[in-house]
Amino acid sequence: MKKDTGGMYQKALAEYRLKIYFLAPTLLVLIVMNVFPLIWSLGLSFTNYSSLMSKRIAWVGFTNYSRILSDPFIWKYFQTTARFVIIAVGIEFLLGFGLALLLKEQFRGWGLVTTLILIPMMLSPVVVGLFWTFIMDANFGLLNFLLGLLGFKKILWLTNPHLALYSVAMVDIWMWTPFIMLISLTGLLAIPQSLYEAADIDMASWWFKFRKITLPLVSPLLVLAVLFRVIDAFKMFDLVFIMTGGGPGDVTETISMSLYRLAFNKFKTGESCAMAYIILILIIALSNLLIRWIHRTKTA
Amino acid sequence: MAEIVLENVVKNFGKVRALRGVTVEVKDGEFLVLLGPTGAGKTTTLRIVSGLEEPDEGKVYIDGQLMNGVAPRDRNCAFVFQNYILYPHMTVYDNLAFPLRSKLWRVEEDEIRRRIERVARVLKIEHLLRRKPDKLSGGEQQRVALGRAMVRNPRVFLMDEPLSNLDAKLREEMRVELKSLQKNLQATFFFVTHDHVEAMTLGDRVVVLNQGSVMQVGAPEVVYSRPANLFVARFVGTPEINLIPAEVMGETLRCKTMGTTWKLSEIPFFQEVRNIPSRVFMGIRPEDILLGQGDKFGEVYLVEDLGVDKVIRVKTDHTILRVRASQEAQFAVGERVPYLFRTEKLIFFDPVTEKLLG
Repeated sequence: MKKDTGGMYQKALAEYRLKIYFLAPTLLVLIVMNVFPLIWSLGLSFTNYSSLMSKRIAWVGFTNYSRILSDPFIWKYFQTTARFVIIAVGIEFLLGFGLALLLKEQFRGWGLVTTLILIPMMLSPVVVGLFWTFIMDANFGLLNFLLGLLGFKKILWLTNPHLALYSVAMVDIWMWTPFIMLISLTGLLAIPQSLYEAADIDMASWWFKFRKITLPLVSPLLVLAVLFRVIDAFKMFDLVFIMTGGGPGDVTETISMSLYRLAFNKFKTGESCAMAYIILILIIALSNLLIRWIHRTKTA
Repeated sequence: MAEIVLENVVKNFGKVRALRGVTVEVKDGEFLVLLGPTGAGKTTTLRIVSGLEEPDEGKVYIDGQLMNGVAPRDRNCAFVFQNYILYPHMTVYDNLAFPLRSKLWRVEEDEIRRRIERVARVLKIEHLLRRKPDKLSGGEQQRVALGRAMVRNPRVFLMDEPLSNLDAKLREEMRVELKSLQKNLQATFFFVTHDHVEAMTLGDRVVVLNQGSVMQVGAPEVVYSRPANLFVARFVGTPEINLIPAEVMGETLRCKTMGTTWKLSEIPFFQEVRNIPSRVFMGIRPEDILLGQGDKFGEVYLVEDLGVDKVIRVKTDHTILRVRASQEAQFAVGERVPYLFRTEKLIFFDPVTEKLLG
């Protein structure tokens, strides 16, 4: 009897060890690549460290944080970012959900059309940024060429300060509308057809069915899709970096762009760490708000 | 209230012929039961009446109006689905209010509340109004589905096996309630089931459907005692009817497989009906065979005790007869027992056309 339990103990231990072996590589990578930098950068954000200079590192307390939070330019960049997020994600949501509603009905060539719509999402942002820069080029771009054919004036897509942010937003919309569409479509297709039949019997109009059945049942997924997009758009860097570099002037300077500049142009590493933390806290707060909202719609 | 007429309705799903020319009439205020095995086309028939499906051929009338091409929402039929299909994200109250709020003419919320309370009282679901469907038992969900059908005074109630998901006891209770509900509302009920007991107890008339064709239309007792063909005879009634091949030879009826004969003069049927083919199928219900009397003998093969009565299988030569006997009857397996056919209850079928003779 005693021997038996001993054997079982050994076996349990062996299984436990096996689990550890399987998990170890991932844990190691996570610790080295994520956890350590996270803690290290938190430490750096309280110092005047610069990765360019080899001067002594001094502890400066909350100086970095107070400098950033009192910098009027940073607030302007936050506003730019917010404008970008609202425009891009707002339109992506409307277009994506609209497309999903259209694609909910099966038709000939459905698979092909759906796949084609998904292509922009599968491209690398750098590639997208590069070829849209060409398309939007003021002189030899495809867009202006087409406008020229129709007899319109040339538009300075990326160099007009009133337009540049919208142009970048447009590319983001082109790229990420399929993502919202895909998630909405999944949600729509998960709604049982029988509910619509019951509603038909209950003499519901199309609009009533949409409002009372489609929207409430698909909304948790919609919120999730928007949440993903908001977080992602908030970090917008790659398209801006490639297409405008924050310009003209600083009209497309998003917060990530400005963070990049602080860290790798000005090499104020300590300050940039502080800024990264401020952005992190904002994103966490924003996602928490949205997640709480999902829970509220669920219980209501 | 309303009457429904289906005229020669044909419906195909791809290569599957679901309905092959169904003609049915549901009279105003009638409880009509559509009875048939799985795949007979019962649900399809109901869906065609409701407008959820369009017939390929044939016509659908409600109250004399042609309904082909009319959307479900313009037909004012209530439909109780087999699995109820309540709106999962709404409370019972909102489920019941749904048809009232969705109507083109707005019903005032006060009026909605009054109607829901009345229906909830009738169905005894007042205490459930604030709950969501997933917190309800099957029976409760069924009542809510019924309530959703009742709140808006539809022209007809279409019911697709609404009792099939309930346990036996609840099913019996709901059967009684449904019947009294229908009498109180004076409503037209078109009810689908595969359970012949349900059909017998509920229906003013029963339509038996098989493979997309109507087999028989009639009062429950007629369908039971005079089934139009072999299919209906077999499908209606448990234990199943006894069907025995027989031959008319001169003045006797010979059942080779039973190893026995009757004089034609003993059987009223042969006095009344002429032009009988020489080969027939003889049908007799299990309760029309009496054990312990008569001059013919068989051997007890199996005794099934059903509580209220017993089903005894009696072997006579190559045939095993199903006999219904009272609870008190004591028979041991292997025992030789005399049996008697109530010859006035015998029915006969043409083995070629499978139709009832006479």
